[in-house]
Amino acid sequence: MKPRQVATGLAVLAVATAPMVLGEYQLSLLTYVGLSAIVALGLVLLTGKAGLSSFGQAAFVGIGAYVSAIATLRAGLSPWLTMPMALLATGCCAWVGALVMVRLSGHYLSLATIAFGTAMFFLFGGLDITGGQSGLSGLPPLMLFGFAFTRAMPNYAFVWLVVLGLIWALGNLLDSRIGRAIRALRDEAAMAEAMGVDIAAAKSAVFILSCVLAGFVGWFYAYFQRFVNPSPFSLAQGIEYLFMAVLGGANLLWGAVVGAGLVTLLKPLLQARLPELFGMSGNFESVVFGGVVILLFQFASAGLLPRLQSALGWSAIAAHAIDPAEPLAKRAVFLADGPALEVVGARKAFGGVIANVDVGLAVRSGEIVALIGPNGAGKSTFFDLVTGVTAADAGDFMLSGASIRGCSGCEIARRGVGRSFQHVRLIGDMSVIENVALGAHLRGRSGMLVAMLRLNRREEAGLLAEALRQLRRVGLDGLAWSEAGSLALGQQRIVEIARALAGDPRVLLLDEPAAGLRHQEKQILAGFLRELRAEGLAILLVEHDMDFVMGLADRVVVMEFGRVIAAGTPAQVQNDAQVQEAYLGSVA
Amino acid sequence: MNAFVAAYLTQDGLANGAIYCLLAIALVLVFAVTRIIFIPQGEFISYAALTYVALREGHTPGTVGLLLALVAGAGFIDLLREGFGGLVSVVRRSLAPVGLAGLAAVSARFGLPALVDLLITVALVACMGPLLYRIVYRRIAQASSLVLLIVAVAHHLVMLGLGLYFFGPEGVRAAPLIDASVSLFGVPVQAQTIVILLSCAVLVGGLYVISERSFYGKAMRAAAINPIGARLMGISAELAGETAFLVAAVIGAISGILISGATTIYYDSGFLLGLKGFVAGILGGLASFPLAGIGAFGVGLLESFASFYASGFKETIVFALIIPILLWRSMAKAR
Repeated sequence: MKPRQVATGLAVLAVATAPMVLGEYQLSLLTYVGLSAIVALGLVLLTGKAGLSSFGQAAFVGIGAYVSAIATLRAGLSPWLTMPMALLATGCCAWVGALVMVRLSGHYLSLATIAFGTAMFFLFGGLDITGGQSGLSGLPPLMLFGFAFTRAMPNYAFVWLVVLGLIWALGNLLDSRIGRAIRALRDEAAMAEAMGVDIAAAKSAVFILSCVLAGFVGWFYAYFQRFVNPSPFSLAQGIEYLFMAVLGGANLLWGAVVGAGLVTLLKPLLQARLPELFGMSGNFESVVFGGVVILLFQFASAGLLPRLQSALGWSAIAAHAIDPAEPLAKRAVFLADGPALEVVGARKAFGGVIANVDVGLAVRSGEIVALIGPNGAGKSTFFDLVTGVTAADAGDFMLSGASIRGCSGCEIARRGVGRSFQHVRLIGDMSVIENVALGAHLRGRSGMLVAMLRLNRREEAGLLAEALRQLRRVGLDGLAWSEAGSLALGQQRIVEIARALAGDPRVLLLDEPAAGLRHQEKQILAGFLRELRAEGLAILLVEHDMDFVMGLADRVVVMEFGRVIAAGTPAQVQNDAQVQEAYLGSVA
Repeated sequence: MNAFVAAYLTQDGLANGAIYCLLAIALVLVFAVTRIIFIPQGEFISYAALTYVALREGHTPGTVGLLLALVAGAGFIDLLREGFGGLVSVVRRSLAPVGLAGLAAVSARFGLPALVDLLITVALVACMGPLLYRIVYRRIAQASSLVLLIVAVAHHLVMLGLGLYFFGPEGVRAAPLIDASVSLFGVPVQAQTIVILLSCAVLVGGLYVISERSFYGKAMRAAAINPIGARLMGISAELAGETAFLVAAVIGAISGILISGATTIYYDSGFLLGLKGFVAGILGGLASFPLAGIGAFGVGLLESFASFYASGFKETIVFALIIPILLWRSMAKAR
């Protein structure tokens, strides 16, 4: 048994035995810890994984609480009926919010949630239907089979069952196809898009999920407190939820529990002591929490629990055996007649700098075309135009005869274009095999709920088996469970190729695949690319190593100052006067 | 509503809009140079208002203690970073703020003219800007803007608590700088409104000239447009950050003094004002000064008319404005 599993087991045991040793007051305090932990779990997904953060979660808790309270008090609905209503209401609000912010940078979401949290707080306190500042009272407790949740114990049990269930479900989610996409959002969103991840949809889904969790807490809160007023749904509380997540460790699910526990248990203590110390009454605990967060980011930005883990020497990656699985379905082969990829008249200007003028080339299936040229010739810009990273000003882009002009990067990946990047783009703290499996994103289908409930195991096994197969082809299967960031640069480039291949592309774009490789490794790579060519893949590569290019490519296209200056077989290009001038300067 | 009420609301909205305009400019400046979403900007307002009124009333303002605490904190961190070899420079850096704190403590006893109190207040608050940058942000200047934002929110909470400790919970209201009223097209206009609008115009104009013409202004613009390039040209990111915070603190201090003549300010009043500056700043994507300025007057007018039609929902309406603004921006980006 691994130490991590032992620690998890002990934590679950502690949760289970707490009611036997603790009194009413402690149990209800722990119920609050659990409630905060649920909100913080949503923030672990949102902040720690997807790199978005919300200060407005308390407002979503409030929406859940008020919707439930109003439905029960006005329409006499049972709490079990108001729960779906509360979840739906918060989900809809979050959906609208997501619609607004997904295309903008992350800090807009954060600022918008600050404004939203403030607006909602004043709204809760100002409306008649919410009872204004005095709120709504007279709510019934939860009832189950005629048993009322009036004492601390049933509330505690219910909340912590949900917490543990959520940790299980969210752990499943993160360990799935969708989860890998979510984990790419924070640092490598552009790469994930090239792997076929719909970034906007993934961000929205995480945001909505985290808000629905907050709405659940609001629903429970209404029947636990049995009255609802605006103060627990203020911006200050929203800030506190985020602090819990970052204090405990926003990258770990259990970090949410640790952070929620620390803040919730310390708060009454500080509230009692600090006013004595300062000689006046006031919310001085916020000074302490604020100070701790400032210090945290100066010295241990990952949070307490990850810090503890690394101090104990536990790896963040849990290696596990991969179940045998049926091979994934393959893509239809492109038609043999006509080029697999054809570009005519591509043009792109950045302000006054014209990066591509009238660039055109074609790559057939079973052909390797090399795009070469001095630095700044516009090769990488051309790659970005083909893969939809930047929009072209003009030009036709055809994939097997169908136009891909104006398609998103995600759609171009779906149609069969795989790519590697000039600057390696792997998710450093994720295992090599999971990085490769991200390339197979479009070959799976299961959604969030299926992943959370672990009903996606067959698909997962298929995706991971495919990733392992690609790693074996490139000779890196021995490193499958290493942290991708720990590999040598040359190996990371090869992992990128494996990742592109995991998507079963018909066209492969490689941006300087041989950079950083040793001579022998380059020869192995060249052999491998020939093998792929023989399988019918169309390969376009940018490369500076002339020996590598001239020995490998069927045709070479030379660019300079954004234009194609020569194209032909390696021998033709080598003898071209214009090319010689571009590379060696004028002979005359 | 009749024309008289409309004129009155417009006047009120423009005065508030001018304050939001100043704040929005400070926020956009700090964001452009340091990528920090500077939530604690509002605290400069309340600190300045409370300091100014304390000086007018002949008390030693809480700012004195706070400033000394910040000097001690920054000095301690500098010594940790530089070792005792840095002692001389730490002392040299501390002289001005400590001297200023002493001056403020002494001058409070003499009942000096308002203009002197005003200058002392601005100087005291201005000193805090660079010190806060050194203490809180210098070490994490390269962190993601998300981390910087979380730290800024934490920083705001600390400033809020310290504000309560050093200034107490009572609200203050200063006598207007000029207590008079003139009639414009038959509508009485408070002199304070005119003072606020004029100050805003002068400050904005001054900042424009400084950033276009002066050496420091150009260096700041360079640091904002291309931080790495600016650093390669010898512009220290640290200096740029401290200067941005200095300007933000000066703007906050002047806004605080201006607004304390028009409304009662508590230790926690600044936050909502600063947040409204952000709503305005976002209109220009936290990058465009003119759009931020237009947004600020829009926010001021909206707030003023909302307080007439739906006073209970004034804040909700102003902050909910951010949703259509962001929607517009995200559609502009999609195109």
